[in-house]
Amino acid sequence: MNDLLDPLLLARWQFGLTTVYHFLFVPLTIGLATTTAIFQTAWVRTAKVEYLRITRFFGSIFLINFAMGVVTGIVQEFQFGMNWSEYSRFVGDIFGAPLALEGLLAFFLEATFIGLWIFGWNRLPQKLHLATIWVTAVGSIVSAYFIIAANAWMQNPVGFELNAERGRAELVDIWAVLTNPVALAAFPHTIAAAFMVSSGLIITAAAWHLSRNQHLDTMRPALKFGLWAMVVSGALTTFFGDQLSLAMVATQPMKMAAAEATYDTVCGADASFSIFTLGTPDGTNELFSIRVPYLLSLLSTHSLDGCVEGINDLQAQYTELWGPGDYTPIIWVTYWAFRWMIGLGMAHVLVAVVGLWLTRKGRMPKQKWVWKVAIWSFPLSLGAMIVGWVFTEMGRQPWIVFSQMFTESAVSPNVTGLDVLISLTAFTLIYGILAVVEVRLIIRAVRKGPPEIGAPDPETGRVEQPSTVY
Amino acid sequence: MDLAVLWFWIVAFFFVGYFVLDGFDFGVGMTMPFLAKDDTDRRVMINTIGPVWDLNETWVIVAGAALFAAFPEWYATLFSGFYLALLLILLALIARGVSFEYRHQRPESQWKAWFDRMIIVGSAVPALLWGVAFANIVQGVPLDADHNYIGTLFDLLNPYALLGGATTLLLFFTHGAVFIALKTEGELRARAKRLATKAGVITIVVAAAFLLWTGVAQGSAWFWAPAAVAAVALIGGVLANVRGKEGVAFGLMALTIAAAVIGLFAALFPEVMPASNDPANSLTIANASSTPYTLTFMSWTALIFLPLVLAYQAWTYWIFRKRVTRQTIEAAAH
Repeated sequence: MNDLLDPLLLARWQFGLTTVYHFLFVPLTIGLATTTAIFQTAWVRTAKVEYLRITRFFGSIFLINFAMGVVTGIVQEFQFGMNWSEYSRFVGDIFGAPLALEGLLAFFLEATFIGLWIFGWNRLPQKLHLATIWVTAVGSIVSAYFIIAANAWMQNPVGFELNAERGRAELVDIWAVLTNPVALAAFPHTIAAAFMVSSGLIITAAAWHLSRNQHLDTMRPALKFGLWAMVVSGALTTFFGDQLSLAMVATQPMKMAAAEATYDTVCGADASFSIFTLGTPDGTNELFSIRVPYLLSLLSTHSLDGCVEGINDLQAQYTELWGPGDYTPIIWVTYWAFRWMIGLGMAHVLVAVVGLWLTRKGRMPKQKWVWKVAIWSFPLSLGAMIVGWVFTEMGRQPWIVFSQMFTESAVSPNVTGLDVLISLTAFTLIYGILAVVEVRLIIRAVRKGPPEIGAPDPETGRVEQPSTVY
Repeated sequence: MDLAVLWFWIVAFFFVGYFVLDGFDFGVGMTMPFLAKDDTDRRVMINTIGPVWDLNETWVIVAGAALFAAFPEWYATLFSGFYLALLLILLALIARGVSFEYRHQRPESQWKAWFDRMIIVGSAVPALLWGVAFANIVQGVPLDADHNYIGTLFDLLNPYALLGGATTLLLFFTHGAVFIALKTEGELRARAKRLATKAGVITIVVAAAFLLWTGVAQGSAWFWAPAAVAAVALIGGVLANVRGKEGVAFGLMALTIAAAVIGLFAALFPEVMPASNDPANSLTIANASSTPYTLTFMSWTALIFLPLVLAYQAWTYWIFRKRVTRQTIEAAAH
């Protein structure tokens, strides 16, 4: 019973649950805002009504998703103070600034211009209306930058001094915080991955219709776009992921060791990366594995003869630095999350490349299974995103701020286990119900297909199209 | 001027923005069962705030973030202390926000009825609880030497705080009714005007009691000036509504809320979270604030971006200035 009401454990579960849930909506918001803006630009430039229909189609899915992103985002901000007040006291002088910048520079922009976009059809001049969706897209990307800068500070704290008397970290160099090497790699990595998620959705929706041989005029260009966007964003995600792992090895070597479950320091050919492993779930004992020699060395140091520090050596170093304690994250979580992230991501790019080949020069594959595979694009790309965050956050443990503050010291001292249990239960229930509603609405919107919009008026060139109202 | 003092008032400004703007959103939600006779009426009402509810709600996110950045101790104490109250506010805001977007997704009346209930409850709960929370902040709550709240949820539900909650609930209710009168036409507009008058009279009585209680208990001269402005503006707003001057009435209601929030912050000054058990444990502007370095950086950011933010938000309100009519709603695709 005492374990069940451990505020630390419950608060961690709540943070994990609400953050993963919030981040189901964020990448789609970022990716779809930009995608919708691109299609709308294509319409404004070419006046082809198909592009407008694609815009309205993905725009409607974007909106179903957007409201959830907004309301679950408020929980994220409140949660630091509610469950993690000691953390908030310790980091507020630094961590609060990017959050405030996010609100002032990005959230206001997003929230204002999305309203103008939704209700601005037929009301704003065409080009101004186009600008509103671009501003929304920029707002969503800027918000990602600030929140990742805040998160990067937890992974690699920079630009601060400890004030022992006040018991807090104090900002001395905001520029260092905003140009944290971890943030500079994690930001483009996350944005590119967000585009993989939105491309996944486009592929899924287009494949669903095309496999039924319907809406060919809109869904074929949509599929083509989705496949290319997936390949390009997949390549960028990989490139910046590589940059991020370099930054990670430099700042949090334990995380990389935990990603590969490397217990002893290994060099050169021995620094191999296991592509596939059969072993005990905790990753400590392997029965069978396919290993690529040098790959871990290459990933971590960009050289063939580099060394990767092992968990045991790092544990010994850290004990010397910070005293006795367990400085290892939960290895099976980091080990598998890292593999699933890369595996799912790579699988997607592969599916997209094959898709581009199969649809080359306007071909349409007849085989049912091809489409069935393509339809899984969206849920699986979202899955890759989620395990990526699980890896990043769980790999930082037992620290909440690496090298500065333990997660167990960060929890609110005056909030009881019962309080957190009530809140965790309430969020689980409402999020669960809303997830069912949301998924069904999105499936419904996808099935409905792009709206019918008549040809432009020959005299004025204007297109009769539905206004949006609630 | 001390930057921490400046940020105390910037935080106050963000809460003024939040309560003035989301205040009428809450009011629209709460007055829906009283004003709407059919689904078209309900849609008209929701569409009056459709393009702006999201940006209005963003004010609380920015207010919270500004609190976190400028007064980490205040943010930590407040949010961990008022835990269950804030949980209820969060759940309400979630339910209300998604309802605007989901309600129109399906035509079934059963479906819509669910989201209507969520909008009504999701508007009333924060309207009540924000008042309860702010009244408690001003009155003071028990804090230990580490500034942690040591009371329970029930300690927050004291008579003074409940009166504060009733005041914000009624203020936002009236504000919303006045807003609907300003933004709609025909019978709905007339009903909104009548409801605003009735609600306005009750609001005057309850708000006067709350202002007097606050003044007597906290009573600095700095409180009385904005409190007087709020009182005059409220009475003026209700009278303007009776005379059918909708724009003036709405402006005066906004002024009432703004002056009331400023009054509460003035009553608080220079503390931010007074401890009711031992003044030594109180959080003040001085001991709760961030470093001058952080505040300087934040001040420059606010100086540059706040005018821009206000400009494009004003522009949005200008774009959507027209009244929402039953005809446009019925003509528009769902």
